[in-house]
Amino acid sequence: MSEKVLEIRDLRVTFDTPSGPLEAVRGVDLDVSAGELLGVVGESGSGKSVSFLATMGLLPARARVTGSVLLAGEQLIGASNKYMRSVRGRLLSMIFQDPLSALNPVHRIGNQIAEMLQSHQDLSKRDAEKRAIELLDIVGIPQPSERATQFPHEFSGGMRQRVVIAIAIANNPKVLIADEPTTALDVTVQAQILEVIERVQERFGTAVVLITHDLGVIARVADRVNVMYAGRNVEQGTIDSLFDHPSHPYTRGLLASLPGPGKQRLKPITGFPPNMLNPPKGCAFHTRCEYAAEICKLDLPELQTFGDLQTACVRVKELPKAEIRV
Amino acid sequence: MSTELLRVTNLVKHFELRNNKKSGGKKRIVQAVSNVSFTLDKGQTLGLVGESGSGKTTVGRCVLRLIEPTSGKVEFDSRDLGTLKFEEMRAIRRRMQIVFQDPFASLDPKMTVGASIAEPLKVQNVPGDHGDKVIELLELVGLAPDHAQRFPHEFSGGQRQRVGVARALALNPDLIVLDEPVSALDVSIQAGIVNLFEDLQKKLGMSYLFIAHDLSVVRHIADRVAVMYLGKVVEIGDQESIYAHPTHPYTKALLSAVPLPDPTTERSRNRIMLEGDVPSPINPPTGCRFRTRCWKAQDVCAQEEPVLLIRQSGQMSACHFPES
Repeated sequence: MSEKVLEIRDLRVTFDTPSGPLEAVRGVDLDVSAGELLGVVGESGSGKSVSFLATMGLLPARARVTGSVLLAGEQLIGASNKYMRSVRGRLLSMIFQDPLSALNPVHRIGNQIAEMLQSHQDLSKRDAEKRAIELLDIVGIPQPSERATQFPHEFSGGMRQRVVIAIAIANNPKVLIADEPTTALDVTVQAQILEVIERVQERFGTAVVLITHDLGVIARVADRVNVMYAGRNVEQGTIDSLFDHPSHPYTRGLLASLPGPGKQRLKPITGFPPNMLNPPKGCAFHTRCEYAAEICKLDLPELQTFGDLQTACVRVKELPKAEIRV
Repeated sequence: MSTELLRVTNLVKHFELRNNKKSGGKKRIVQAVSNVSFTLDKGQTLGLVGESGSGKTTVGRCVLRLIEPTSGKVEFDSRDLGTLKFEEMRAIRRRMQIVFQDPFASLDPKMTVGASIAEPLKVQNVPGDHGDKVIELLELVGLAPDHAQRFPHEFSGGQRQRVGVARALALNPDLIVLDEPVSALDVSIQAGIVNLFEDLQKKLGMSYLFIAHDLSVVRHIADRVAVMYLGKVVEIGDQESIYAHPTHPYTKALLSAVPLPDPTTERSRNRIMLEGDVPSPINPPTGCRFRTRCWKAQDVCAQEEPVLLIRQSGQMSACHFPES
């Protein structure tokens, strides 16, 4: 087992809204090991992005963050802004869905990468620029020395996302958090970007957290996966166990709602995600769960080991075996 | 035996760009749709797939005559839409509707849902106060009658999309253009909307032009599929043939790029990785437009534009070196 680089314990994030406090993340535990690609899957409002914005220290001051986030043993929750600035881009990097808004439109690409290098390393401008070109080459940008002198608007969406990845890995961080990095891209370009992320992970041993709503993307590139629902981690395990024997009713529902190769009628999950201002008592999924019983309305279920998975469902042992996908 | 509802022949749509310094004063033209032809039968679904910039949405808009085609013909129920006068077109619009991608942007936030659904009836001067019709429509799309009094912000994305569908159904159309109707929805909600489209078609018998970039959803819902690349249809045919035996290299690459929710399949798949991006529709490649990214390209691909030819598995594709 390789070393854990990121350990999150009981992470909670609350926003004060005009309609009262909204707890977007409600006690998330999660580990990421060096060189591992962890997929985090969930629907809009499940708290997957907020959890990692909190990890990065990028939430607005009005967000109340509690719990513990250890990055290579160092506590990030409650750390000073100065310390977080030294962490971001050096030990911990994050990329987002829209690469254009992550780049400065009036600076040349090469300079933007060099700036990231120089802000954390003692490098001359020349060396930083040379390294920037190498990084562009690593992320698969052809003619890197010419491209380095161009501006973001001269790049296509896929190429911009490569540039953003180059900036994120410039200082060889321990963890790269990728929040829906391919959602805005066409499927053939998505395939290219996923390959770049895998290449980075293998070459530098970077731990990657890939946040997505697309279970296909998880199946393609992840080693392990965490399924989030209503601000909680409801199931986690290796991708093979999760896709072969999904245990939590929400995971089962997600997989069953995807169209397969045949024409069989689709099985949606009934209802809709809860209002987080007033989440249901007990298991937040009980309002949509076909197996819900009275016991589900009592307490928030904790993750418990069930087979190869960890599942937050009090009835998991009583549930019928999940249908294996054909 | 089904009969034809829609016939699109050699459809072309060019958009002129304003002159600027970069173009050197020359007029620049975006060739959004180039020579697209297809037919759609009554009660059937044609899936129109392609990546951004492929021209699929422009085709949908030209079919409804929301924008005027540059050239080519759109025939709806054997009538050439291009020759119709304003009033005649207005009458035929009753029979063709559209559902948009974003259920947040396509509903007026200041109108009750009931008023939104009744609006097409008013616009088309259908007599009566429409209250009963609105309730009937709400029930048809799986909403409750008392939802008519509420406003869009009180609804979730999936429910709003149902309202959009109810509005499209108000005038009993024969054709609905569905432009990425589930792309903005969460996975668990998508399935319910796809089922709704299928149920409505079974019940009411209308045809769908289903525009989407999600190939798995199209595979599920479409009878026939047209694959577009840079303004052209590169492959068209029955859903089964296209997904089981893609003959155009682009179709093959596109299908292989879609990640499947099964780690075992994903590991054993032979993936085709396309290089680069889609070229600009202002200055598309000569000959075959896909040749700049194609691993099979030869000299002939740059010189001669391939035409759609029928292949062994039944579909048509435009390629000099089709996959067998």
